[in-house]
Amino acid sequence: MRPNELKAHELLPMIRRKEVTVEEAVTETLHRIAAIDGTIQAYITVAGEQALGKAKEADARLAKGEPARPLEGLPVAIKDNICTKGLRTTSASRYLEDFIPPYDATVVRRLEDAGAIIVGKTNLDEFAMGSSTENSAMFPTRNPWNLKRVPGGSSGGSAAAVIADEAVFALGSDTGGSIRQPASFCGIVGLKPSYGLVSRYGLIGYASSMDQIGPMTRDVKDCALVLRAIAGYDPSDSQSYPKELPDYTGCLVSDISGITVGVPKEFLEEGLSDTVKDAFMKALDKLEELGARIMEVSLPHSRHALAAYYVISSAEASSNLARLDGVRYGYRASGCEDSASMMAMSRGEGLGPEVKRRIVLGTYVLSAENHETYFNEALRVRSLIARDFREVFEACDCLVGPTSPTVAFEAGEKTRDPLEMYLSDVYTVPPNLAGIPGISVPCGFDEEGMPVGLQIMAKQYDEETLLRVAYTFEEATEFHKRRPEIQKGAHESAGGERSV
Amino acid sequence: MFEPVIGIEVHAQLKTESKLFCPCSTRFDASPNSNTCPICLGLPGALPVLNKKALEYGIKTGLAFNCQIAESSGFDRKNYFYPDLSKNYQITQDAFPIGTNGHIDVMSDGTMRRVRIKRVHLEEDAGKSVHEGGAITGAAFSLEDYNRAGVPLLEIVSEPDIRSPKEAYEYLLMLRRTLLYLGVSDCKMEEGSLRCDVNISIRPKGSDKFGTQVELKNLNSFRAVERSLEYEVQRQSQVVADGGEVVRETRHWDETSQVTVSMRRKERAEDYRYFPEPDLPRLSIKRAWVDEIEATLPELPWARRMRFIRDYELPEYDASLLTDTQELADYFEAAVREYGQAKTVSNWVMGELSRLMNATGIGIERVKVSPGDLAAMLTMIDKGTISGKIAKTVFEEMFAEGKSPETIVKEKGLVQIADEDELRRIVDRVIEENQEVADQVRAGKDRAVGFLVGQVMKLTKGRANPTMVNELLRQRLSD
Repeated sequence: MRPNELKAHELLPMIRRKEVTVEEAVTETLHRIAAIDGTIQAYITVAGEQALGKAKEADARLAKGEPARPLEGLPVAIKDNICTKGLRTTSASRYLEDFIPPYDATVVRRLEDAGAIIVGKTNLDEFAMGSSTENSAMFPTRNPWNLKRVPGGSSGGSAAAVIADEAVFALGSDTGGSIRQPASFCGIVGLKPSYGLVSRYGLIGYASSMDQIGPMTRDVKDCALVLRAIAGYDPSDSQSYPKELPDYTGCLVSDISGITVGVPKEFLEEGLSDTVKDAFMKALDKLEELGARIMEVSLPHSRHALAAYYVISSAEASSNLARLDGVRYGYRASGCEDSASMMAMSRGEGLGPEVKRRIVLGTYVLSAENHETYFNEALRVRSLIARDFREVFEACDCLVGPTSPTVAFEAGEKTRDPLEMYLSDVYTVPPNLAGIPGISVPCGFDEEGMPVGLQIMAKQYDEETLLRVAYTFEEATEFHKRRPEIQKGAHESAGGERSV
Repeated sequence: MFEPVIGIEVHAQLKTESKLFCPCSTRFDASPNSNTCPICLGLPGALPVLNKKALEYGIKTGLAFNCQIAESSGFDRKNYFYPDLSKNYQITQDAFPIGTNGHIDVMSDGTMRRVRIKRVHLEEDAGKSVHEGGAITGAAFSLEDYNRAGVPLLEIVSEPDIRSPKEAYEYLLMLRRTLLYLGVSDCKMEEGSLRCDVNISIRPKGSDKFGTQVELKNLNSFRAVERSLEYEVQRQSQVVADGGEVVRETRHWDETSQVTVSMRRKERAEDYRYFPEPDLPRLSIKRAWVDEIEATLPELPWARRMRFIRDYELPEYDASLLTDTQELADYFEAAVREYGQAKTVSNWVMGELSRLMNATGIGIERVKVSPGDLAAMLTMIDKGTISGKIAKTVFEEMFAEGKSPETIVKEKGLVQIADEDELRRIVDRVIEENQEVADQVRAGKDRAVGFLVGQVMKLTKGRANPTMVNELLRQRLSD
């Protein structure tokens, strides 16, 4: 196997033992990108030269006998809404097409301090608003399992890059499912940490009260490894969790005997596809077989989660994105009368339709006459949802359910009906509203070979239980080992060629 | 008869080293956009971190204005688009301000009035737009300087309790004085570190209803506030007297023609779509910390003024002027400690010292005369070493050179002539040289003595002891 095809925890000891140089690992990854990314379209920007330069520095350090760092030499893909100093960060928006941040996000600094090497910036739905990566202003990303299908979103580029061997692991961001749903659609592991566990500094804000950055990896062990490197208090993010964290690799114990696993009945109701339900029921049997106690629970307010989520997230987004006005950076419309029209036109021309839809929605729900009916009501629903979870966690150690109601759908299938698209996040949204962690791990494939994801949720800051259950399940199953055979050219009827 | 109902909002820049939510320096006289960073420029992904010193200053000010300090406070976003507002929202406090329900006492026409403070809250300042050609209309382009963006502001909002333009003026003076005593703001209106917006309506005297509010802008001094209010009271009264209605609007104070001019109608209140700032956690303000801050409060101007009246038996006027600044009050008290007689010190501080300070533009903190030297000089007058008249000359010298009064008196030979033999010789000479006037005195024209005293003073360059000269002259001329 080539280095770029290995898991992080497999490649690390080889680099440490100098069986593989960092330069080889990075070069192989870049070769893979060059060979396949014309088909997958996972990357917006590939930082080849920079990555090779850093790889050589790393090899030189190792040659001098310096100890290998925790993620030494691992080629990583970064979702393009996470700022990288000196490296274009577009958030898949025309507005930021030429934006080069003068600073690094905290997670980027932590990854680089740990030795990881950024090979490029991955595609997403513009400003992380979407569930298929089709809202990217650049181009759509294709699902490596079936090029006619979407990779999920908004972290679709990161998910596709990891499963297509274009990076050893990736970072995504998740506001309502944007890590877990594409992880599920692409058959990888994706973790949305507890709100506050990973610093948001440098993440281009969508809905600040829910945004979290998290690992997207090939297995649970890699997930723990990456989480350990990026989690932890950051004084630059005032919402960051100030306590000491455990070593997440220490909780990879393959034993869940005695653990109580709750199944929210609301997650198995209408809208769930049969194939996903089948895969999920089998996963549940497996968990029981592994010694877990399964119990049905209820999250009665979760039926309102999606509505509350779109009200709150759009409200915050309308304010967060107000800074994109053509004055200081980014796209500026020409031929404007005055500063007000310059701001309006720059936004009108620089932002895409879904982004505008949510800005309008957010502005509407915050306006004086609607504030109480929509925004405050959504906040009340949010606190009820959080209370539902708290009550359920008094009886259960964790909750499980399907990550998304369906497997990856066809490109173009849902682009005309935003509400249909929003339903894709119906199971992933509640954890964001409540601030609790959620992980998606592969739990099966449908008859057409499309992966299905199992979502596991735990109490806020209890990533240990989450990882332990996920790891035990993964150890007992083979789903994470299956890899797609990419059919070059099979996408041609799907359209959406890269143009930049 | 109408009475005005006035409410005032003051924005005071806090004197912190760094901005409210980022580590940038608060000095905005630096070259444009040099004191900026991703946070105050509103770059994507940058997040605010609250400056604890600014919060402390906010609490301190709240306490000084007798506010209740919130145990749970927080920040909100105020959303509006303007090029100098880098994020197009301002982080401010809407729902949970630091301080509420306070008051400021002011003296207005000899009576004490209590103006209630509705709220005290923290917020960030915006940047500054510079329009080509100086005005926004017709400018080909505008430049933005974000050095000021994110500088901490404290907004202090009064209830509509102010009932006259003079009272508004006194309120602002007391407010500024208090902020200066606290050391939390420079309060320089000309530099924009203190700004005020005023709301005024009128109503029939005795009514408890509120009339239609007019907001006044472009008030660049406390005098401008007072004058614009005087103008507005008159204008609004005239409108109503003529059977018209006051319109809800914002009016601009025109300093040159001393009138207010309509800027824009306010059809409805602007919608700022406030919501809790999700990038900052709710603030829990611990009682122990508030107590700690309270313990550091200096004696405040109102209390100090009252103490000066009580302990030094000063008139209200003196006490008010002497407590205008902490430095002046400290100076006064230091001199009184050395010298003892408060009213005499007060007369000198408010008289000669203030006159020289005004004439030279030197502030009390840079005055070369130490309180001890002033006390020493006053003692020299009491002992008859120098006359009160000579003392003024001595004091001018002290003010200019910073020397002790003893040194000046010695160097310039200003010691009072109180030697009876010497004075008698001089008196005799003056009588001899002014026989005509002397005769008039002898003939009973008492007022002519003054001329002869003047002549003695002229010969002695003012050093003669005036009481003795008077006595000697009368003796000689009645012989």
